[in-house]
Amino acid sequence: MKIVLQNLTKIFPSRNKKVKDEVVAVSDFTFEIPDGKLIGLLGPSGCGKSTTLYMISGLQKPSGGKIFFGDDDVTGLSAENRGVGLVFQNYALYPHMTVKQNILFPLQNLKGKDKLPKDVMIERAYTAAKLVQIDNLMDRKPSELSGGQQQRVAIARALVKMPKVLLLDEPLSNLDARLRLQTREEIRRIQKETGITTIFVTHDQEEAMSISDLIVVMKLGVVQQIGAPQDVYDDPTNLFVAKFLGTPPINVFDGRVEGEKLYIGDAAVLDVPGVSDQPVTVGIRPEGFNIDPNGTFVCNLQNVEIMGRDVSVVSTNEASLNPVIRSIVNSDNKIEMGETVTFSLKSHKVFLFSKEDESRIYF
Amino acid sequence: MVESKHRWKAWLYLAPAIILLLIFTVWPIINTLHMSVQEGYNQSLAVAGHEFEYGFGNFERVIEYDNFITCLKNTMILCVLTVPLSTILALVIAVCLNSIKPLSRFLQTIYFLPYVTNSIAIGMVFAAMFNIVGNNIGNENELITTAGIINNVIEFFGGDPVNWINAGSSYWANITVMTIYIVWNALPFKILILLGGLQSVNKQYYDAAKVDGTSRFRVFTKITVPLLSPMIAYVVITGFIGGFKEYSSIVGIFGEKMGPTGADGSLNTMVGFIYNAIESQQGTASAAALILFGIIFIVTMINLYVSKKKTHY
Ligand SMILES: Nc1ncnc2c1ncn2[C@@H]1O[C@H](COP(=O)(O)OP(=O)(O)OP(=O)(O)O)[C@@H](O)[C@H]1O
Ligand SMILES: [Mg+2]
Repeated sequence: MKIVLQNLTKIFPSRNKKVKDEVVAVSDFTFEIPDGKLIGLLGPSGCGKSTTLYMISGLQKPSGGKIFFGDDDVTGLSAENRGVGLVFQNYALYPHMTVKQNILFPLQNLKGKDKLPKDVMIERAYTAAKLVQIDNLMDRKPSELSGGQQQRVAIARALVKMPKVLLLDEPLSNLDARLRLQTREEIRRIQKETGITTIFVTHDQEEAMSISDLIVVMKLGVVQQIGAPQDVYDDPTNLFVAKFLGTPPINVFDGRVEGEKLYIGDAAVLDVPGVSDQPVTVGIRPEGFNIDPNGTFVCNLQNVEIMGRDVSVVSTNEASLNPVIRSIVNSDNKIEMGETVTFSLKSHKVFLFSKEDESRIYF
Repeated sequence: MVESKHRWKAWLYLAPAIILLLIFTVWPIINTLHMSVQEGYNQSLAVAGHEFEYGFGNFERVIEYDNFITCLKNTMILCVLTVPLSTILALVIAVCLNSIKPLSRFLQTIYFLPYVTNSIAIGMVFAAMFNIVGNNIGNENELITTAGIINNVIEFFGGDPVNWINAGSSYWANITVMTIYIVWNALPFKILILLGGLQSVNKQYYDAAKVDGTSRFRVFTKITVPLLSPMIAYVVITGFIGGFKEYSSIVGIFGEKMGPTGADGSLNTMVGFIYNAIESQQGTASAAALILFGIIFIVTMINLYVSKKKTHY
């Protein structure tokens, strides 16, 4: 089922009537989430990701805008009647129920014609538990589970009623690195198997990039960019998005454009046809550097880290806004350990941003 | 662990409390034990130097009193009626109060008022409310026409007035009045405890329940009550202990005769029995006090045992 968000806005009113300090948690969010896709909702802490999920689930009322499930306007529908599955940031498992009772609970709530016979309920609970591999823990209480196990119980509880929409609020935040990798692939697999339209909130860009069909990058309640992970990475609309995506992070420099040439420091490093003369912020992806004795971009070499296939070159430059410049080059390049290293740049890995509003300047 | 050289300091800080406890709690208990096992102990004789034989005669005498059985029965009936009733009512009121946003502070204060009001005073008000309607003769043959608001209400709705507490009233009418009074009096404390418990329940469980499509009734029975079960257990246990010590509420409504006119003592309780005996037969009173202690102890143990099985955490 597709989900349509129309100008979705959430404003938390200020507590103090005299001081105007209302929080705009989500501002004018418009997006059509295609049926059966996994969407990564990405942004730094406090940017309104959870609030967006709560509005879609019906737990919070939007201050403005509309939400559609398929063609039905559900904006006024209460959470009980929306039938979404939601995994909370801190799971919210019922502490007095066993794992089995927790997973059964949403099924036991079904009324009227949806009511299921007992054995069907049990069967479905076990199917959901198997999906997240906790079927051997069914008789434990949540307090007797590890964080990762609790998380999976929460996912099973959300999945058991076969919701048409699954919302996951940072479901992997408490897992260790390996389990995280494993669980996110599991979530991807489950999502593909069931075809449930899923929104996955995270502030880990790598996580979002690796499993999402589409990612939505938010900042302070405002959507910055929506697109396939690779497209957003290759073509960020502003400095924030460029900085937010990618490990190692993008290298940022002070620069200027003069006569359709980009200068970093005194060196003309790239032709930028069609850009008027102005100071700019330059973003260069780590993989955007070539080691090239004939290049024009000279940096002070600090360190070379060999990482098997690739080589990470750590250098510095006065114009750099990051403490060091990280560039990743193919290990075929022989690097002379000297005082300096000279680069030429791949133009499709170089992004220019306006100094004024950090928006992208295309060339 | 406290380091041993600092231990005397710890004792020093505890000393005032320990000394007070020894004087006002431990010593009276020992004294009670001692008095209870001296046959027919009586303080004025003891002061005059009389020696009493040791034995369990006091206990036998207490149990053989018809009066004692009445007291025990009254106490039990009141406990069994009032504790569940007040707990359930308090739970419902606490849940309602917790879900009301405007005026919640104000309403909480109102519900707490009976707690800080003297129970004898409340009893007198209740006695006035449950009086016979209309032509009750007051002092010097004056006619009290405003008495008995409850019966006025019953009559207004076309019912027959009931003799609740006056001379000739039935035992069960008396018990009804006592139950209403005790429940009403017990509510504030229970509401306070349960409301505190409710306010500390993580709101996210309710959000989760909403997303799971849970009906209000199921939220109450499957989530609120289990999560509150430690507080409910506490309220029930203290309720039973309080119930077994019921006394001043009866005095409040029926006066020290512990019953309607012409049926003195018909509503007497265990504590009432002890007070009656305390003036002349301290040995019997002590034995009765110890029996009461034993009963409360056993009931509390049963309570604790049940609540351990039923509460979660
Ligand atoms: N009930 C509330 N009342 C007032 N402000 C709120 C409330 N809930 C959230 N906010 C504010 O709204 C903004 C967005 O909050 P939200 O919980 O959606 O952030 P988030 O993106 O989920 O962050 P995180 O990654 O830390 O979970 C924050 O600035 C937060 O302080
Ligand atoms: Mg959040």
